[in-house]
Amino acid sequence: MGSKKYFLPISSSPQLPMKGVHMYRWGMVIDLDRCTGCQACVVACRQENNVPFAGEQEAGLGRGKFWMNLISEVKGSYPDVEMRFFPIPCMQCDHPPCTKVCPVEATYKNPDGIVAQVYPRCIGVRMCISNCPYTVRYFNWHAPSWPDDYKRGRNPDVYRRRKGITEKCNFCIQRIRTAKWNARREKRRIRDGEVVPACAETCPSGAISFGDLNDPKSRVSRLSKSRRAFRLLDDLGTEPKVYYLKEGEWHDG
Amino acid sequence: MMDSEAIARKYERVLAPLTRTGWMFWAAVISLSIIFLWSFFAFGWQYRRGLGETGMGHPVSWALYLVNFVFFIGISHAGALVSAVLRITRAGWGTPFGRAAEAVTVFALAAGPTNILFDLGRSSRFYWVALHAQFKSPLLWDFTCIMTYFTVSVIFLYVLLVPDIGLLRDRFPGRRWLYRPLSLGWTGTEKEWSVLSKTIGFLCIAVIPIAVSVHTVVSWVFGLQTQPMWFSTIFAPYFVVGAIYSGIAAIILVTIALRKVYHLEDYLKPYHFNNMGLLLLVFTLLWAYFTFAEHLTVGYAGGSAEHAVLWSKLTGKYALLFWIMVALCFVIPFPILVFKRTLPGLLIASICIIIGMWIERYTIIIPSFIEPRLPYVRGDYMPSWVEWSMTAGIAAGFTLAFVLFSKLFPVISIWETEKDEKEGHDKLRQKGFNLLTG
Repeated sequence: MGSKKYFLPISSSPQLPMKGVHMYRWGMVIDLDRCTGCQACVVACRQENNVPFAGEQEAGLGRGKFWMNLISEVKGSYPDVEMRFFPIPCMQCDHPPCTKVCPVEATYKNPDGIVAQVYPRCIGVRMCISNCPYTVRYFNWHAPSWPDDYKRGRNPDVYRRRKGITEKCNFCIQRIRTAKWNARREKRRIRDGEVVPACAETCPSGAISFGDLNDPKSRVSRLSKSRRAFRLLDDLGTEPKVYYLKEGEWHDG
Repeated sequence: MMDSEAIARKYERVLAPLTRTGWMFWAAVISLSIIFLWSFFAFGWQYRRGLGETGMGHPVSWALYLVNFVFFIGISHAGALVSAVLRITRAGWGTPFGRAAEAVTVFALAAGPTNILFDLGRSSRFYWVALHAQFKSPLLWDFTCIMTYFTVSVIFLYVLLVPDIGLLRDRFPGRRWLYRPLSLGWTGTEKEWSVLSKTIGFLCIAVIPIAVSVHTVVSWVFGLQTQPMWFSTIFAPYFVVGAIYSGIAAIILVTIALRKVYHLEDYLKPYHFNNMGLLLLVFTLLWAYFTFAEHLTVGYAGGSAEHAVLWSKLTGKYALLFWIMVALCFVIPFPILVFKRTLPGLLIASICIIIGMWIERYTIIIPSFIEPRLPYVRGDYMPSWVEWSMTAGIAAGFTLAFVLFSKLFPVISIWETEKDEKEGHDKLRQKGFNLLTG
């Protein structure tokens, strides 16, 4: 993007090397206490990113694609039922296990920290899929398809994938690009909340926050330091940039 | 050295398959070709419609093709490695196995990586792995090591064939078009022999680390990943041992078949098989040791994700396959190899081991996918007709290549047998025979 020279350096983050200090570091915080399990994020993501429809039969074979996936967990039985929801986008790891195994560098961590997929470069080895501990990478087992009346609604800003390649959530990178261009024209940084991915934008309960983790005053930076914050499989050392806020049980912080 | 006429008469049995073809040969070639060609249709079908024609999905994103890949690369270890080690240690009893083992290596190495081609989402771009080489990716290491091993194995097979091709060129004028360029003008002068023995010496030493490196990096395709029960430090030696194990079984199976079909009883004697059986026994024990160590460590100290996979193997969905594997790879062959290293015994043991080792790769790869680290996404896997067709096709292609090879080149190295005899190895062999059987 060549955008870095317009931005002033801000306070350095310990996770980043000095070279990348003035870059953005996009992150997400999902408040599980606010999540109602409505799946609006799943639908919005599908709409925004041209995520194809697998159909009932294919989905049964495990070929449904959910860049934003909502896992629900039912505990107990009637009448003492407890239901938990867990939205899982790509964790955008700072140490992504998926990028290092790709033999053709079709996937890489971009300077903003987003784990991006270069569709034309991908040859469909799928080692990235098997090395993703969060199982959030999806493969195009067949040529992508949409219902006919849906096709007009596809997003022109997003590349339509072909069969035989891997795809994944990229924090709606097309929106971030647009925001970057706007900010660059006005010679400023992107403001907190100026750009949000489709899932965060649509969430009716405001459970999903998105922003720059390099900016200590941003909403995500503050929330990620909350006592309720945790990350998935933190012990693997992948350093995910998606934080969750624990729900309910306040007694143990 | 005797003249070619005398040698040809002496080794009439070895050369006979090159000229005489019975109905069994044609039946085998035709049926194998049909299966082989069918797999082309299956691949075309998959190539057009996408990998969705297989049984793979989310989260089981690697399956039968990878199993076949590891399996055939494993078989390939037989060859070059075993024959090189036996040559370096001057184990004369290895001579009649050499040629077959080296040929098995080359064909298995052609069959194995082909499975990766089937497995790629965009198969026609496989060469991008070399074009956009990423040294951080274990797949590039694989690509490099396998290509090196394949090249060295072809050279190994070929160099050891040259004196025999020289003989064939003189004996079969009708096939001069093939043998003459391949013989490199071999005439058997003193200088040629010395160059040959130096080359063989070098190749024997070179092929061992290369062969070990191949299955090491094959294991790292899995062992360096975060998947539960793959992430293991002993995977590299475990895979190398498993590879040699299945490889020796493959040599025994192939040579028993050759002995029967081509009547090579004079060259492949029970004594030779007895020794090969002992080698197989060593690897039975090594394999069992590694398998036990691996599963005990996971069971005793593994985390919850590892335990989920382990229990699916021990008592869960994959229990049947897992225990069949244990039976085929250890429980059945072990007593046979201890007490009955006869030909029928070895035949049963090696068939069990080959099937068992294929299942071993299946139970290493699939259960970890079914139970990934995050306990949310779950799936199932059942191979589709396309995958079975490709498996049958690759196995048929492998066998077909070997059958055709045996019709063009002697499956027992004539010059080495002659040399052994001359150097008085025969005496030693006789002694050893008496010691072991008497």
